Amino acid sequence: MNVDLNIRIHPLTRVEGHGNLLVRVVKGQLQEVHWDIVETPRFFEVMLKGKHYTSAAILTARICGICSMGHALASVRATERAFGVEVPEAATKLRLLAKHGETLQSHVLHLLFLAAPDFLGLPSVLPLLKSSPSTVTLAARLKGVANRLCEVVAGRPTHPVSIQVGGMALFPDRRELASLKTELAGAVKDLAAVAELFKGFEIPAFSRETEFVSLKGEGGYPWIGGALLSSDGVERAEDDYLQMTNEFVDERNTSKLCRLSRDSFAVGALARWNNNGRFLQPAARAAAEELGLEPACRNPFKNNLAQLVECIHVAHESVALIEELLAEPESVQTMAEVSPREAEGVGAVEVPRGILYHHYDYDGEGRIVRANCIIPTTQNNLNIQHDLEKLAQELAAGGAGDARMERLCSMLIRAYDPCISCSVH
Amino acid sequence: MRYLRIDSPRPRIAVFDFTGCEGCELQLANKEETLVPFLNAVEIVHFREIDTEAGEEYEIAFVEGAVSRSDEVERLKVIRGKARLLVALGSCACFGGVNRMKNAYDLDAANAEVYGRSPKETLPVRSVKEVVPVDLEIPGCPVSKEEVERIVRHLILGVPFAFHAYPVCVECKQRFTTCLMERGQLCLGPIVRAGCEAPCPAGGLGCWGCRGPAEAPNMEEFFALARERGFTDEEINERLAFFGGFEGVVAGGTR
Repeated sequence: MNVDLNIRIHPLTRVEGHGNLLVRVVKGQLQEVHWDIVETPRFFEVMLKGKHYTSAAILTARICGICSMGHALASVRATERAFGVEVPEAATKLRLLAKHGETLQSHVLHLLFLAAPDFLGLPSVLPLLKSSPSTVTLAARLKGVANRLCEVVAGRPTHPVSIQVGGMALFPDRRELASLKTELAGAVKDLAAVAELFKGFEIPAFSRETEFVSLKGEGGYPWIGGALLSSDGVERAEDDYLQMTNEFVDERNTSKLCRLSRDSFAVGALARWNNNGRFLQPAARAAAEELGLEPACRNPFKNNLAQLVECIHVAHESVALIEELLAEPESVQTMAEVSPREAEGVGAVEVPRGILYHHYDYDGEGRIVRANCIIPTTQNNLNIQHDLEKLAQELAAGGAGDARMERLCSMLIRAYDPCISCSVH
Repeated sequence: MRYLRIDSPRPRIAVFDFTGCEGCELQLANKEETLVPFLNAVEIVHFREIDTEAGEEYEIAFVEGAVSRSDEVERLKVIRGKARLLVALGSCACFGGVNRMKNAYDLDAANAEVYGRSPKETLPVRSVKEVVPVDLEIPGCPVSKEEVERIVRHLILGVPFAFHAYPVCVECKQRFTTCLMERGQLCLGPIVRAGCEAPCPAGGLGCWGCRGPAEAPNMEEFFALARERGFTDEEINERLAFFGGFEGVVAGGTR
């Protein structure tokens, strides 16, 4: 068991953004393990200062190339709550539909393009173009439906245009919506095939007691707005998000870090599953059972399974939403009047990697005086570090060599689907 | 005669990211209906976001993001040294993108505001061509995958590619979008380079200019048009500065 390891990955691959992994083991004893965020800071909170409310969502969408819908939605929600805007019901449904499109797009990208290669023993999805082209076609087809959903509802798959303060700029083309409904029925079948694929994957056995934070489900699986909940029993109003995050600056990282009741906490699909799983669509709950995703799951590697279960949930719920939207009359309103006022507002949205907060303070002209954005991966980074410490210690004690240590530590980080550019912003 | 010195029928491609959101490289995995043929038409040898294997031999380097830290400057120089063709991918790489708005603030104050007493290294934002020579620029926030595909096709076939000279307005007319200016919004459509197929106006949002200026735009006429509709020079300039593509262009005199 006298293994010496010195693993330095600069930067980790198959994740969004730049983070480094360092593991040092001497004679089977873990000396240090670090998940270091080295992404270049962009200073979005500074750039938001002085911006008019009509440009806040356009700017903050650019925080992230994968979850731009989520940023736009958190942004308009913060502004609407500041100005006291009541968003029309049809717009609320359209926003949720766009949100579902993004959840499906982001999860499928992560599960099939980024995470699956680890389980298949491949460096990327590219070798599958030759060895299993049908898997690539399946992944592309699913991601295609998801992106079209975003495009039809929000105008574009990345950096949306129709999500505006007051509601949605327009009601989508009804024929496109109807055809998406058919495509989503196909997506449900494709997701069953993905579930079969993941059932064959060996999920590493690991667990660590963790605090999970998410929106609080009250009658449904929550995505946009509402009370905040931690699995340690902390409950706060949306406006009190600072008490849920306790963000602080760290010398070693360009990402800030967060904690709540313990040294760190986790957000994301697994947190949502643990806190709100009972509100999932029956088909999603059935899939969870088949995949071996148990309630109160403490194995971060199973975040992959929770994402898959959420894909099934959003595909089903999107079909129902489209049916409701198609029943709306031609005269349906999607935009409310907006009158800026001197006030502040918070918007909390469950984006693919966990709960996201935007907070703006406005002057009477509708220009931002102060802004704060707290990103899911910012909240997860310290929890990833603590998970890695336990995992690396266990692996070192078990005599793991370089390859196994590197593979499992990388897989653990990837399981969180980190969005590092986002976490630094 | 090959276009831009690319003589391989299946060029080796590398993708790199700097200061930005990685949304443009994500577009390379979008447009799913042609994703498999696209991936088969090129050889991806380096693409950190989706691939653990990292080859160092490539003809085309797609560079996403602006440059705002010294390690990025060094990394970019190495890439320039290896690539036969360096392509700036997206508005951040072409103009600095939204990041460029940071340059209007005092960087020490910005750092203190975000990081308190533990400031992080940061430089004024620059586009890729302000650091190393660039062979081709594909603007857009994000880039249009359709356009990227078209350009790659031109590179493989050895046929020179030309961007549209006309502005976004033409593409709105082509898809029967009601003019956003007529609906009371400010729209940079008359002066911005077409090629995106005008998705923003079609989705109910005036053009914000992510693709930079069209060929020889008539700025004065545009300013007059916008003022006539009640937009102030301050509003126009704020819009022009958003993606960094109109650096130095100002309504109503110097800034």
